[in-house]
Amino acid sequence: MLLHVEDLNIEFHDHIIPETVVFDFDLDMEEGEIVGLVGESGSGKSMSALAIAGLLSRHDARKRGSIVFEGIDILNCPREILRGLQGDEISMIFQEPMTSLNPVKKVGWQVEEAMRIHKNAAPDERKKRAIEVLTHVDLPDPERVYNSYPHELSGGMRQRVMIAAAMINTPKLLIADEPTTALDVTVQAEIVKLLKRINKQHNTAILFISHDLSLIRQLCQRVLVMKGGYVVESGPTEEIFSSPKEEYTKHLIESIPKVDLS
Amino acid sequence: MNNRKKIKDFNLIAGSILAAIVIIPALIGLFWTPYNIEAMDNALKLAGSSAAHPMGCDNFGRDILSRIMAGSSTTLLIGLGTVLIGAAAGTIIGALTGYYGGLIDDIFMRFNDVMFSFPSLLLALVFVAVMGSGRIQLLLALGLAFIPSYVRIVRAEYVRARNLDYVKSAKLAGASDMRVMFVHILPNIIRVLINSILIGFNNAVLAEAGLSFLGIGVQPPNASLGRMLADSQTYLFGKPGMAIAPGITLIIMVLGISLLGKSKMISE
Repeated sequence: MLLHVEDLNIEFHDHIIPETVVFDFDLDMEEGEIVGLVGESGSGKSMSALAIAGLLSRHDARKRGSIVFEGIDILNCPREILRGLQGDEISMIFQEPMTSLNPVKKVGWQVEEAMRIHKNAAPDERKKRAIEVLTHVDLPDPERVYNSYPHELSGGMRQRVMIAAAMINTPKLLIADEPTTALDVTVQAEIVKLLKRINKQHNTAILFISHDLSLIRQLCQRVLVMKGGYVVESGPTEEIFSSPKEEYTKHLIESIPKVDLS
Repeated sequence: MNNRKKIKDFNLIAGSILAAIVIIPALIGLFWTPYNIEAMDNALKLAGSSAAHPMGCDNFGRDILSRIMAGSSTTLLIGLGTVLIGAAAGTIIGALTGYYGGLIDDIFMRFNDVMFSFPSLLLALVFVAVMGSGRIQLLLALGLAFIPSYVRIVRAEYVRARNLDYVKSAKLAGASDMRVMFVHILPNIIRVLINSILIGFNNAVLAEAGLSFLGIGVQPPNASLGRMLADSQTYLFGKPGMAIAPGITLIIMVLGISLLGKSKMISE
């Protein structure tokens, strides 16, 4: 088993009254599996993902339960070990490609960053690998992209750059936190296709977070539906879509806009 | 639009010219001056300008041009050293407190507030009173007195930056806190920092002149612009040139640097 999350609770203590945002979250992922996480804003899906990525700051969020990634307890291990996993075994891409790249650094430098930190490679070797992943995510003219700044690229290109940067060390788990929400529909479809291909070629497990059920249906084998911090329903995607048990899931599925051209 | 661009370029050109007028002679003054700045000559006491002494001589018969050259280099070095100490220490403290937040941040910032409640000139005065006067002491005193303002500027930038997505991406790539702070965030705030360094430099130059004028900065026979202004007080009516020369030099220096700070290249 690649990832085992059990009874995860996340509480915030930065206000006078502590606030719990995730209750009893369970998740098991095998290698090469694509799992979807759906829910409305504030349902706790991003928080669970950040916790799995080890990104929740340790002093204002209190976490209970366990997150075990390849035998390593992410919640309680020393930071050095966590840092050794981040960018190497676990990667993440974010919703906003506009802000998730550093505006003053060249794209190539940022794509190489995870490799610079984890692998002891010579600069030209790094560059070769960076160009390779940039080509792999279907960026036209990767050499030019390598030498440009983020503001010179479009939103879709930046999201591809983010994916390239996340994939440079071929991680085992890629967390995609609403990676297509800020993009237009045609680009969305391409990104989903790209994620699918990455999953096939490298056997990378993907935790795909979205509120777009039609994307989840295209991409994921299993799906978890979250509401108000609880996982209300989970199971194979087709099963959930064809016979949802929970009232909330039914509403969600009904809310998918249908195009009727007749 | 086009017109605006021209005006901003004007800042850059005028600023560079004015700064160069003072900085080039000051750099030469570091190594060579037309006359020894300490050589006194009774015959030339308060002499007017002549071919040999273009700016005339002071009350001890010392060549004013030579003293301006040496004095402005002293003033520039003290200004430069002050902002370097202030900006370096301020950046490190500001980055740590702003990035980590929490208790350390609270302690440092309350201490900073206390430091801030004194004017930096007064603070420097206290340091000089403790450490004694002289060029090095003045440099340290002003440097320390300038730290709090840089801490505040840098901290605010780090507080803003620490939750941005690109910082999250960097952390997620496995970068250590130090790497995130100084390799990822620092280049993003460098513009703000450069601007405040230029403003701070002007303040430091004026503070040096002020303290030396009060007699607690650079000590005679060393020359600095403030020291020369202080020396000229008694002769203000008899030989106004003694006050005008260092005064104008100081104005050109400060004006040049602040125009540079306003130029398009630096402020945008």
